[in-house]
Amino acid sequence: MRRLRPRLPEQTLLRHLLLAALFALVLYVVSLELSPFDNLRLASIAYYFVALAGLTVLTGLGGQISLGHGALMAIGAYAAVILISRSGWALVPALAGATVVTAVAGTLVGVVAARLRGPYLAGATLALAVGLPGLADKYPHAFGGENGLTVDPPIPPSSLGAAFPLERWEAWIACGAALVAFVMLAGLVRGRMGRALRAVRDDEVAAALAGIDVARTHVLAFVVSAACAGLAGGAFVAVTQLAAPGAFQLALSLSLLTGIVLGGLGSLWGALWGAIALVLLPSWSDRLAHSLSLSDNVRSNLPLALYGLALIGVMVLAPSGIQGLVRRLGRRIRGLSELIRRLARGGGADVVPNRTEESA
Amino acid sequence: MTRSWSRAALGAALVAALAALAGCGGGGGASSSAPGVTKTSVTIGSHQPLTGPAAPGYSEIAPASKAFFAYVNAHGGINGRKINYIYKDDGYNPTNTVAVTRQLVLQSKVFAIFNGLGTPTHTKVVQFLNAEKVPDLFVASGCPCWDGAKYPETFGWQTNYQIEGKILGDYLKQHFAGKKIGVFYQDDDFGQGGLAGIKQQVGDQVVSAQPYQPGNTNVAPQITAIQKAGAQVLVDFTVPAYTALGQLTSFKLGYKPQLVVSNVGIDPTTVGGLLKAFSKGKAGTALIEGALTDGYLPSPTDTSNPWIALFKQVHDQYDASAPFDGNVEFGMAAAYTFAQALKAAGKDLTRESLVKAVEKGGFAGPGVVPVRYSPTQHGGYGGVQLAKVANGKLVTFGSPLVTDPGSGPIQPYNGQQPSPADGGIVGG
Repeated sequence: MRRLRPRLPEQTLLRHLLLAALFALVLYVVSLELSPFDNLRLASIAYYFVALAGLTVLTGLGGQISLGHGALMAIGAYAAVILISRSGWALVPALAGATVVTAVAGTLVGVVAARLRGPYLAGATLALAVGLPGLADKYPHAFGGENGLTVDPPIPPSSLGAAFPLERWEAWIACGAALVAFVMLAGLVRGRMGRALRAVRDDEVAAALAGIDVARTHVLAFVVSAACAGLAGGAFVAVTQLAAPGAFQLALSLSLLTGIVLGGLGSLWGALWGAIALVLLPSWSDRLAHSLSLSDNVRSNLPLALYGLALIGVMVLAPSGIQGLVRRLGRRIRGLSELIRRLARGGGADVVPNRTEESA
Repeated sequence: MTRSWSRAALGAALVAALAALAGCGGGGGASSSAPGVTKTSVTIGSHQPLTGPAAPGYSEIAPASKAFFAYVNAHGGINGRKINYIYKDDGYNPTNTVAVTRQLVLQSKVFAIFNGLGTPTHTKVVQFLNAEKVPDLFVASGCPCWDGAKYPETFGWQTNYQIEGKILGDYLKQHFAGKKIGVFYQDDDFGQGGLAGIKQQVGDQVVSAQPYQPGNTNVAPQITAIQKAGAQVLVDFTVPAYTALGQLTSFKLGYKPQLVVSNVGIDPTTVGGLLKAFSKGKAGTALIEGALTDGYLPSPTDTSNPWIALFKQVHDQYDASAPFDGNVEFGMAAAYTFAQALKAAGKDLTRESLVKAVEKGGFAGPGVVPVRYSPTQHGGYGGVQLAKVANGKLVTFGSPLVTDPGSGPIQPYNGQQPSPADGGIVGG
């Protein structure tokens, strides 16, 4: 631990860039090993991570709830499809465009949201999740109705070889989006805005007295998290080549919220665990339903029931989510290694584990 | 201090998790000529609406196909191979279709996709299947999209909706001349194809065309608009659930036009059951009595037909829990055509040999008209026979008619329907 510290630069941005480069290397190696189907799962984990990371900043750090993030993802997805197929944009600018469009939409929602608290905010964003996908049906000529809009699959650059699997390329795109989101959000969370968010979450009056503009902080949090949802929606399009209302139903918004709570509220690592859970839980439940030979009606609803059960389980057993468990485990190991070292040095029995301050 | 340490630990955990993920996906490599094929078996897959808005009726199709394959397998399979049919639920939701189809091809490594159901759904995976060079046989959708040979791996099966609309429209022109026509259609290539066919024949008689989105169960605005336009004939290009919803709404509004329904949405057992369910037992097949429709397969109640007799026998043995209706017949007839294609592909089964065999065409079977397969034409049945709902049963009349989706003439087809024993698939 003390050995590691000096090697990581003190400057936040540089440190996060280095970390991102490390992740990129790991993901690169892993994606070469994975089968096409598992690359597809990796891609899904990546775009879910983007959405969850944004949501966890809003809810975990900012204390604002949103049941409408599925709808914001839909905005990003439709924006990406329209930019690619109708305006002929390349993928990366289209992803950036989707992010900006959704951020603008998020500003509008955020301005409303900043005036609402608790259940009222939940209700307003819920209305967004329920109502927005209906627009596609209302304007079938613009949005393709229930049929949705499609784009051609992204073509891997020819320099990668003709046999380069599409799924690996899709995983790279989605992971790229995830890394960008990680660097941006990690900087934000550690910086001035993260502190402001936490201050506002914990006590609005105290935060206002300290000179923080509460309403502005609320809106900003919404904009940032909407931008992430938009990027996630764009990455979703890059992976599935499709934007259709069926992909962005209320269940998606609810499972996003479940994801951040399961993973651990307010932490980017928690968002990662949540994303992994969101992708792997349905396939486990499918296998479970298959082995129990349940009827199709039960089977199609089982993942939601499992989310619910997992959520209750986590709330009872580990209120701070998977990340909380991981942290506790890390502390346990650290305590143990400290103990061993002291014992090896011939220290006494009065070992007190070296407690460090709780990190957010 | 804490942070760097936990970060390093978590990095390691991440690598471990991803490595575990990599571990699950390996294996499954068949050493044979093609994915999903061994000396004794061939594995095929499908996406089907087992739940969701299209499930009523259509959820019976895949089990019926599976039952027919079980029957074929019990008689020695095809070229010594047993057919292993895996179908997955997509809930008629295109997003799920993409996910389950990729899973079937990339994870389950199926040899071919068979009878993938639905126009809005299957159009989302056609590009993927063709890019992966997976034979995509006998799509359960009459979308004109599969016509021609734009997609080298994809073949339609049931009658193209445009051909169907054209033949129905021609009948309306002859027997309902000057009457006002309203069209109630699903807002995708299915409904739009049918509408195009109708308009081609009787465009000047169409006074109102109202689309619906599958999933939105309130169809009162559409039916009211058609009633207000004064339509005396109501043409439905609907899935069974929406035929039922439309008829219940018409009944509530006191609107009683001559009903004309695409063969996709009229199976009397299914629609009757839905009418009963939606009205809590107050309505039934009476609401579709006298409806005009068409079919490319013999009526499931025509027990004198040798195909119906065979399918009924297989149904009673392997699929007895389902009602014997048009959906079951559809599933079995498509399965029969697939068995024919497998047989024609020969002992050295590859993806190329299967596609070549279908392009050779000439599969005579349960259909009342011939299929159109050739190297330049991947569309399925080239026509339909008109039918009417009488006493809650489908009764065909007149001779089968064939045509093309373009401006070609509509002609009667007088070819002889073969008997199942002639095909040499089973019992031969």
